[in-house]
Amino acid sequence: MKAIVFGCGRTGTMLSLQLAAEGHEVTVIEMNPSALRRLGRDHGCRVVIGSGLDADILEAAGIQEADAFFALTRGDNTNLMSAQIARLRYEVPNVCVKVADPLRADAYRKLGYFCITPSALTAGMMRDWILKRPFQRIDAYNQLSEELKI
Amino acid sequence: MYMIIVGGGNVGLQLAKRLLSIGHEVLVVERDAQTADRISTQIGEENVTVGDGCEMATQRDCGFGRADVVIAVTGEDEDNLIVCQMAKTVWSVKRALARVNDPSHEEIFKQVGIDETVSATGIIYSMLEQQIQPDVLMPVGTLGRGDHEVVEVELSARSPAIGKARRDLNLPDGTHIVWVFREESGGRQVDDHMVFSSGDTLVAIVPRSSAEALRRALAPPAI
Repeated sequence: MKAIVFGCGRTGTMLSLQLAAEGHEVTVIEMNPSALRRLGRDHGCRVVIGSGLDADILEAAGIQEADAFFALTRGDNTNLMSAQIARLRYEVPNVCVKVADPLRADAYRKLGYFCITPSALTAGMMRDWILKRPFQRIDAYNQLSEELKI
Repeated sequence: MYMIIVGGGNVGLQLAKRLLSIGHEVLVVERDAQTADRISTQIGEENVTVGDGCEMATQRDCGFGRADVVIAVTGEDEDNLIVCQMAKTVWSVKRALARVNDPSHEEIFKQVGIDETVSATGIIYSMLEQQIQPDVLMPVGTLGRGDHEVVEVELSARSPAIGKARRDLNLPDGTHIVWVFREESGGRQVDDHMVFSSGDTLVAIVPRSSAEALRRALAPPAI
């Protein structure tokens, strides 16, 4: 599988290394060259320096042939915009977006995007752990609590 | 009308001043407290709020639900895109206008349903392009939901339209050449018998999808 990972933070690094270790073709897009140190040596990924909102950069990363696109920068709007470019303009079949704001994530889930909200997952799993419940499917963790709803 | 402007930089501030001066209800949403303070002294603190216009709670508190127009003019295209998209999908705002800083991003704005965009870079570039190369369609504005464009084009001596009248041109469907400006006689309405000559500046209404076909009808083939 050909995967593009936009954003070489902690999540992007882990995901890239894990997919590359399983033999997948990973290209990392990162704006800040010094962030690439996280990948370590012999990471087996291709690297493109630039923004995942930029068509030239996306094409240099091979988005036209990509099977998967992951938007994992720390900017929710950057992630949501690049994910929409990947899906609508380049028709990438699998697009995953990291969205820190649970409400924004909810709005884009309704538009059909697979959004992961790390805080919601972490909190829900911690709750289930301490209450000795089995871990649940991701949809259960994405449910907005009443206090958050607008 | 109730107009919400997201982004209190120069564009947002000047826009707010004008809209207020013609009697609209205006609220500028600015993330940076210092910037918000500064513009409050100019347009009144009742017309400014500090907050992230991309957050749903801010949107609710600002009254996105009753806004007639939401205008996103921050310096970041991704913020402008998300603000307008949420205005339309979450709050059902009828009109959402966005400033697009990088003209190559205009396509994704259209694809997600934000038809009304303004790109200063794009406008300046097309003005320069016309100076460098005649017969370029210069966008003047958009009509309706953005599916029609108003364009201006100055005919060079090599244009295939020279010596022909409107009805003799092979114009794409739905295209209307409506006005002509001439050095000697000024502006006038185009009728079917008027013959075009070099130096004429035409104003046309064209479906967005036919702009390229119109350009081919009016511009000389590339060398």
